[in-house]
Amino acid sequence: MLQDFKKSILVSIWFVFLTFPLMVVRVNTMDQVVIWRWMNLVWVAIGSFILSYLWRYMLSRKQARTKVAEEGGDTRTKLQLLLEDMNFRYKAMGVILVLILIFPLVFDTYQSTIMISALIYVVLGLGLNISVGLAGLLDLGYVAFFGVGAYTYALLNHHFDLGFWITLPIGGVLGCLLGVVLGFPILRLRGDYLAIVTLGFGMIFKVVMENWDALSFGPSGIANIDRPSFFGMDLSLANSTIYIYYIMIAMVIFTILITNRLKNSRIGRAWIALREDEIACVAMGIDMAKTKLSAYALGAFWAGMVGVLFASKTTFINPASFTFMESAIILSIVVLGGMGSILGVILGAFILILLPEYMRAFSEYRMLAFGAAMVLMMIFRPQGIISNLRQTYEYKGTKEKTDNG
Amino acid sequence: MAEKKHKLLEVKGLTMDFGGLRAVDSVSLEVHEGEIAALIGPNGAGKTTFFNCVTGIYNPTKGDILLHPKGLETRRLNGLKPNKVTEMGLARTFQNIRLFSDMTVLENVMIGRHCRTKSGIFRSIVRGKAVLEEEQFIVESSYQLLEKVGLEDFANEFSKNLPYGAQRRLEIARAMATDPFLLLLDEPAAGMNPQETSDLDQLICKISTEEQIAILLIEHDMKLVMNISNPIYVMEYGKKIAEGSPQEIKDNPKVIEAYLGEEVDA
Ligand SMILES: Nc1ncnc2c1ncn2[C@@H]1O[C@H](COP(=O)(O)OP(=O)(O)OP(=O)(O)O)[C@@H](O)[C@H]1O
Ligand SMILES: [Mg+2]
Repeated sequence: MLQDFKKSILVSIWFVFLTFPLMVVRVNTMDQVVIWRWMNLVWVAIGSFILSYLWRYMLSRKQARTKVAEEGGDTRTKLQLLLEDMNFRYKAMGVILVLILIFPLVFDTYQSTIMISALIYVVLGLGLNISVGLAGLLDLGYVAFFGVGAYTYALLNHHFDLGFWITLPIGGVLGCLLGVVLGFPILRLRGDYLAIVTLGFGMIFKVVMENWDALSFGPSGIANIDRPSFFGMDLSLANSTIYIYYIMIAMVIFTILITNRLKNSRIGRAWIALREDEIACVAMGIDMAKTKLSAYALGAFWAGMVGVLFASKTTFINPASFTFMESAIILSIVVLGGMGSILGVILGAFILILLPEYMRAFSEYRMLAFGAAMVLMMIFRPQGIISNLRQTYEYKGTKEKTDNG
Repeated sequence: MAEKKHKLLEVKGLTMDFGGLRAVDSVSLEVHEGEIAALIGPNGAGKTTFFNCVTGIYNPTKGDILLHPKGLETRRLNGLKPNKVTEMGLARTFQNIRLFSDMTVLENVMIGRHCRTKSGIFRSIVRGKAVLEEEQFIVESSYQLLEKVGLEDFANEFSKNLPYGAQRRLEIARAMATDPFLLLLDEPAAGMNPQETSDLDQLICKISTEEQIAILLIEHDMKLVMNISNPIYVMEYGKKIAEGSPQEIKDNPKVIEAYLGEEVDA
């Protein structure tokens, strides 16, 4: 502790020295005078001291934890222990559900719109979580599936006047199909190569949509897409937003339910095994091609579906909505939240989408803060906010020993 | 060996080239029902490569790998994917432990059960009665396997937190979960202390007699090999240089030379 303190003071002095010419001395060339801004010196000193101390504190905490882990101790944080308590989980879920349901009634349309976009990213995150978090297949072009869903609805609505509810599953299925089609050529790739090829796919989608005017109307996009109809009625903008909000909530719950079931199924275990060790996985009799393709396809399914909703919410889409930046954000959500953890991904989506939204005042620094947050995360908590809750099972066993644990 | 035992695995003239390097050079080998056969040889002799060829991880350059499951027709394994080979009843462990480290011990074994169960995506989502029953069956049978190898107390630990010896036993349990009739063990005793090794010795014998699984093992621990296995095959520089009972192998001058180096008998 004292050691950290001393080092932090040293760091602080060093920073003061380094920034002295920039922060303190200011030469006014017009009046030929030097202005000494001593207050800045104090701020730099205090700021760098606190940051350095915090940094050291976090590092030592992390070290302590890895040490405990090496000695076979329990490294689960309080949060994790709480999460493993089923009773607490149900109560928390109940409270959150109520809050979510009354949200659009309490807040205005603007707030609901922000919430809808956060929820869209929750679904996207959960979808990508299947391929990246569970199956360990890095996908930097995930936004293409999202785009396919959005364009499916936009085009079907434009040309054939198809409604939202019919197109919703169509978008999902088309996303799924594209997932399989793109999955085939990259079955044998891993790691960096996989990342680059999927990145390429994402780019190709955008370029095609920008240039294939006959199909996609090019960069000008498609406007006047219908909002979801409510039993044939057209709603006002405010009501329609509330309606979409509830559709989105239903979709999120649906996604959580299904991805959770998949995760804890025979298929989900195969995905995780594939992530952990590909060779051992196939040597244990798991068909690699089938497992990878199913992970891609199911991941893409959600993006396709939520893409349809996105198009119906914005009523206008063009290729600019489906840039690499989107893929990067979705991937960050998964990584920040904790690979493979459903709760983590939900938290990650809210943090990464809502924070920048509510900090518009600092919008110039948004990307900077975003980058800094990711770097800090990788240093102090590389496993994400929620890491790998372990799954336990009920079993009897043949010996006289019935309690599990 | 008077009575004629059923031949399970028959490898004929297996050759594996890596570019210019011939890692395995026309090796032939047979494993019969009820046997614990051993494959020994100095480091880099090509033993692991031989296993990798048999289990479909490499596609051999030349030779035939024939599997004769009891009561079923003979299958040629060349060029089959590893998962197909495993489905046919031939499971393996790895020299450099390859467990699924972020899964629990029990889940590791449950992965082995994958190829013997069948719930698909849609049925897993609906989670009907059949799926739940199958799931319970996977859990119970995997737990029983853990009891067999003595790891039941660790069932809910992450496998990466297990001690080394336990990890090796877990690999065996995981391989057994695929219901094999032939088990290939790649240096199961590597890194174990004498106590753990003698436990392993018993475990392997138990698997062979109680579970009726034939075993082919690679091992450097001569005591373990001489104790439990018969026949023994010896490889050096990719070639098979000897085969026979433990006594024959001990007395074979070629083997002594391979292990002790040439200068000794000069
Ligand atoms: N994938 C590969 N590519 C190229 N060479 C390889 C490959 N795998 C193995 N080899 C080479 O083949 C030879 C045999 O290796 P192998 O691992 O089969 O030996 P081993 O008998 O298992 O040795 P050990 O007792 O040390 O495990 C070695 O010279 C090794 O370098
Ligand atoms: Mg080897």
